[in-house]
Amino acid sequence: MKYERDPERIRRVLGDKVQFIQGDLALTYGGILAGCSFFGGYPITPASEVAEGMARLLPRVKGTFIQMEDEIGSIAAVIGAAWSGAKAMTATSGPGFSLMMENYGYAIMTETPCVIANVQRTGPSTGQPTLGAQGDMMQVRWGSHGDMEALALAPSTVQECIDMTIEAFNLSEKYRHPACVMADGEIGHLREKVVIPDEEEMTLVERVPATIEKEKFIPFTNSQTRDSKVPDFPTFGTGYRTYVTGLTHNKKGFPATDKQKDHEELITRIVTKISDDRERLTSIEEIEMDDAEIAFVTYGASARPAESAVAMARKNGIRAGMLRLKLVWPFPRRAVNELSKKVNTIIVPEMNLGQIVHPIREYSDAGCDVIRASKVGGEMHLPHELYRYLEEKK
Amino acid sequence: MTEMIDAEQLRKKYLRDGMLPTIFCNGCGHGNAIDYTFWAIEELGLDMDKVAFASGIGCSSRIPGYINADGLHTTHGRALAFATGIKAANPELHVIVFTGDGDCAGIGGNHFIHAARRNIDMTVLLLNNFIYGMTGGQLAPTAPKGSIATTSPYGNIEEAFNICELAKALGAAYVARWPISYPYQPIKSIKEGIQNRGFALIELMSPCPTAYGRRNKLGKIESLWKWYEDNTILIEEYERIMDYGTEEERKNVKGMFQIGVFQNVKKAGFFEEYDKLVQRLIEKDDAKFKGGSK
Repeated sequence: MKYERDPERIRRVLGDKVQFIQGDLALTYGGILAGCSFFGGYPITPASEVAEGMARLLPRVKGTFIQMEDEIGSIAAVIGAAWSGAKAMTATSGPGFSLMMENYGYAIMTETPCVIANVQRTGPSTGQPTLGAQGDMMQVRWGSHGDMEALALAPSTVQECIDMTIEAFNLSEKYRHPACVMADGEIGHLREKVVIPDEEEMTLVERVPATIEKEKFIPFTNSQTRDSKVPDFPTFGTGYRTYVTGLTHNKKGFPATDKQKDHEELITRIVTKISDDRERLTSIEEIEMDDAEIAFVTYGASARPAESAVAMARKNGIRAGMLRLKLVWPFPRRAVNELSKKVNTIIVPEMNLGQIVHPIREYSDAGCDVIRASKVGGEMHLPHELYRYLEEKK
Repeated sequence: MTEMIDAEQLRKKYLRDGMLPTIFCNGCGHGNAIDYTFWAIEELGLDMDKVAFASGIGCSSRIPGYINADGLHTTHGRALAFATGIKAANPELHVIVFTGDGDCAGIGGNHFIHAARRNIDMTVLLLNNFIYGMTGGQLAPTAPKGSIATTSPYGNIEEAFNICELAKALGAAYVARWPISYPYQPIKSIKEGIQNRGFALIELMSPCPTAYGRRNKLGKIESLWKWYEDNTILIEEYERIMDYGTEEERKNVKGMFQIGVFQNVKKAGFFEEYDKLVQRLIEKDDAKFKGGSK
């Protein structure tokens, strides 16, 4: 059966406009709203509920759900479905994300749009399966061998699990690149109120299909119809007869494994098609930043206690603020650099021993002190724990 | 059936421009597999715009590059999982996978098991040459006991993987094995595999003179190709000898590779079943909606 996005049916299947649901299900909702028509997944805590939601809802909007044999197969099937024209998605957590890395790189190399929801936990290895952490913030950026860019959003609320999954599909379709929603076990299992967006409240982006004459079509180069480094998409079955390979390939898609120039040209294009748009893509939220002298830079679940700590500080006369990264990768260099010129100290609360603190240091002014506020072991920071950093460093 | 064409026209019609020569060595059997696939497609009269190829990594996995059609050359061992997605999102497509013994029976074994078990509608051409040829001749899981490879320099001590027997046990709709030196039977099997609505495995025994034959003293190309004739036996003949043959006849055929069609059944593939499920849910939802409740 061929899928066609049917907004009315989707809304009917999702139910009430206002609901009280958990983050994992919200990731499912976001996918279904975006027009996801294929989901391949494998059970893993704390992300299994995304697949469970898809298994329940996707057939009812005429999409396809398959529980694959492992995470490698899940992302593989997702990429295959994308080449047949589907908006396709999978969901996983730490160990599964590690297993996906080879095919994540394949999606990058072959410029395949797809979405991975990662409800993060800690590691290395099996770690603490039932507890949340921010274990994969660097893996999503650097996990594949070779050179790459990344598109990664980090939701701090259940509502954002819906909104950012839609946004991830939009980014992935626009750039023909895998996009990741980097939730975590805390947000994934948190229950909150959500408001399901109406059709006119959403912007949905679709990949640009190849339309030019078949003989003139060049599949792996700048678009031939627009001013863009992202080529038009020759969906399988539409007669463009495209050869897609993870090997270094020339513009025609043919293997060019021993050609230095072809490799350089290809990799430069697939990295800069995203990094060129870094500032345009930057998506941040600022809280109490107007007169701040000290600030948290946060993302995901840890933004919640940080926001409370800022409120406590303000009550006590400490000029604290917060910058929240909604899109973590590509890294918002300018926003962080400007912040570092404004405040004396940046504190980075993370549920790991320090991952995003590194690019923050890299792009901060030398005069600004960048401090790690790590907490590991499966517990979130408490507001007063973070407040203590503000008090010490004010 | 379309009008008869000759071999030259066949190549012109189906080969991708600008990709030749192939990477295959002299005496390799893989080129024949391309030829047989072309004949099967030609005889079935398939529209090449509606055929998608997938492959993993290895010599045989390079084949989709040589075919003028959509082709997904993927990662090592994962072709069947990619192919599952290709078929899922566009059931109109005929999905044909080229894979090797290392790719499919080694690193990709788990995907193979589950694609066969789910009875995903695809045609898998497994080119078994007993060796990891592209990486220089390491031991493959299908290599007969005693085989010499760079990673079994003193002879292979493992049992060989009989991939057709496994596929049969998993209930794959179509399972066949042929030496690549027999042209007609593979073409017929590829056609039958494409026409079957479930999972079809066609194992083609393909000689690798460079990495396997040479090390295992199977002689020059000609004698290596002949080895397959001397060491294979039709399934029916094997069974007849096992039932009614003399002790000596039975001993002689015991170590031979059985060839022929192991299984050919008609049963609904995964996506046919899935469509029924969707139909059932949609009808239920629509009835409920018309009934006025949410």
